[in-house]
Amino acid sequence: MKNILIKNARLIDPQNKQDLQTNIYISQNRIAAIGDAPADFIADETIAADKLWLIPGIVDLSARLREPGLEHKANIETETRAAASAGITTLCVPPDTDPVIDEPAVVELIHRKAKLAQQSHVYTLGALTAGLKGEHLSEMAALKEAGCAGVSNCRKPVRNSLILRRAFEYASTHNITVFINATDEHLSKEGCAHEGAIASRLGLTPIPYAAETAPIAQILELIRDTDIRVHFGRLSCARSIELIAEARKSGLKVSADVAAHQLHLTEMDISSFNSQYHVLPPLRSQRDMEALRRGVADGVISSICSDHQPHEIDAKLAPFPATEPGISSVETLLPLTLKLVETGIPLSSAIASITCNPAKILGLDAGHLAIGQIANLCLIDPDKEWQFKKSEMLSHGKNTPFSGWNFTGKVVRTIIEGNTVYSE
Amino acid sequence: MVNKATRPTDDMIGQDLWNIQLDEQGQLKHFLTIEGLGTNILNQILDTAESFAGVNESVKKVPLLRGKTIVNLFFEASTRTRTTFELAAKRLSADVLNMNISASATSKGETLLDTLRNLEAMQTDMFIVRHADSGTAHFIANHVSPHIRVLNAGDGRHAHPTQAMLDMFTIRRNKGADFGGLRVAIVGDIMHSRVARSQIHALNTLNTGEVRVVGPKTLIPKDIDAMGVNVHYNLQEGIKDADVVIMLRLQKERMTGALLPSEQEYFQLYGLTEERLQVAKPDAIVMHPGPINRGVEIDSNVADGPRSVILSQVTYGIAVRMAVMSLTLGGNVSTQKNQEASS
Repeated sequence: MKNILIKNARLIDPQNKQDLQTNIYISQNRIAAIGDAPADFIADETIAADKLWLIPGIVDLSARLREPGLEHKANIETETRAAASAGITTLCVPPDTDPVIDEPAVVELIHRKAKLAQQSHVYTLGALTAGLKGEHLSEMAALKEAGCAGVSNCRKPVRNSLILRRAFEYASTHNITVFINATDEHLSKEGCAHEGAIASRLGLTPIPYAAETAPIAQILELIRDTDIRVHFGRLSCARSIELIAEARKSGLKVSADVAAHQLHLTEMDISSFNSQYHVLPPLRSQRDMEALRRGVADGVISSICSDHQPHEIDAKLAPFPATEPGISSVETLLPLTLKLVETGIPLSSAIASITCNPAKILGLDAGHLAIGQIANLCLIDPDKEWQFKKSEMLSHGKNTPFSGWNFTGKVVRTIIEGNTVYSE
Repeated sequence: MVNKATRPTDDMIGQDLWNIQLDEQGQLKHFLTIEGLGTNILNQILDTAESFAGVNESVKKVPLLRGKTIVNLFFEASTRTRTTFELAAKRLSADVLNMNISASATSKGETLLDTLRNLEAMQTDMFIVRHADSGTAHFIANHVSPHIRVLNAGDGRHAHPTQAMLDMFTIRRNKGADFGGLRVAIVGDIMHSRVARSQIHALNTLNTGEVRVVGPKTLIPKDIDAMGVNVHYNLQEGIKDADVVIMLRLQKERMTGALLPSEQEYFQLYGLTEERLQVAKPDAIVMHPGPINRGVEIDSNVADGPRSVILSQVTYGIAVRMAVMSLTLGGNVSTQKNQEASS
């Protein structure tokens, strides 16, 4: 166990409303002190951090690691290493693995592999319904016991609204948050682009707004006058934000996140059929992108996640509609979030959206810095100008539209449980 | 030049090749979509087609593409389009290979790129591609070796540029080269039509006075007016004072997809009859990309009537495809006469 002194860093901890130049002392994997040295502290390593920011380790609400089931795309070891290199110390895996995370054995398998990798901490969501088939409730209590941070049916439909209502009630009985990726299977059938001028011009099967907003409205009505906790993930439409804002105003316990790429890209980006921009929900209009940014700024969208979906090269080498959707994105979560600060979002809000806010949604004591806490943190050189290159990605999936983008601010060191897992 | 079957690199996916259709001199290299091509290129195609129209009538065969191998690469069933491409290639003295690859064959594990690499290894010069996915022709043009030319013979709902150019050729033959005073109505299933999209681009590039699309809301794509068309939901209003009426084929599947109630109701509301055609200009011409559904989108009296130019569209199709093939593959084949005509 090394004792580490991080000397004179700018500590930014939005949850505790801290933003100050100070020292941090790490001992026995934990934060031993902030400010003055604890008694008998002898540093094995001292990091001069005069020009660096120190933030809580990043918490990513949705990252697919592709294991078990799709190991030809990526695996837990490669993806947690990539995530850690980008400052992510905790991430959450959706249940659509193969086998589906609908029984404790799968949860244990993922935890075991993650532990072996000794990189980012990995949490899971359990399936809302057995096999994600939308027919029978999963054994949610057992999944929670095994460590699942919530339950979700991903983008798979629960066609029967009675089953959906009962799934909410059962989850609520056990104080489990339900994570929703709102999508109407019929309205989005075979769709690969936002319904609008670009999809019409390119002849791509469109996905209308209603594919997202209609199921959100339905769910908000199903949970009206209950204390069920629902988190809506990966919003893409301006109208969705209005619905969530109204629901919160009326007292519902709902929260929302957005994928980082939705805050920087629009439907215009698919104009040349570049499959790297093929994502679900689809990239929408400029107006929607601006509404999503406002949603982050005013807190209706409390979290930004990577929505990491690494692919093998062949998955993107086909005509646009035939390619697999998704971006390999753990390594661009922080840079894309920091880029929002240039658009007027306060730095502390931007950092909160990838640290304490997602931690709260997952019900984890993480994403902030306090004495006695496990030392998961990340040092950033805020002035470093750099170019993101797919050739330098650590993720197994090199599918990114951001290769060649210039960023300011880069992770220089990630510490997980007091150990440096990445440094530059 | 034998192409090595190299694996594509990561960077090949991320390229935004907007002007992939033109070479460094601005000459046509691939023919994938009308969008992005200038009036000069479209007129060059039409003028070249004009010179080949004579070839079709008398000589029938010219040696422009002797020694070249053209592959008809059809992933979607088609007899007529493939046949006209084949005839066009043969009249230019090229060797033609017809590949009909059903979707099931490609799903056996061989990817589209594997298929392309194999055909490239046979030292071919041009791929004429039809595929059910929008963007396929662009994808192929992005990934073939540099000496190979790609012609789009229809990709999903996106584009069918040679069809649009033969339609422009037909309009020009009937109405003259100045499209400025013309009102053109495209009627029917705009939503699923690659033909309509290419026609709209071509008509607007050639500065057509007004382009309209006509159909029920279920068959008109959202924000289509951004392409430069006026939208009409009523046939009579849509074809009023039109110089050119283009009818689109209605696929039977549209009934099962709940886009329309029945063929009967569609014909009642949008079927073109002699009587309804009265509101168009007296000298209006009627076009159809074929194959025709008689009694669904068009009445036999109109299809076979004096204003129909449907069969000449088919004839001109060969000349236009010869023009595009020779322009993309034959290098500088345009004669002095053509250059004068286009200037």
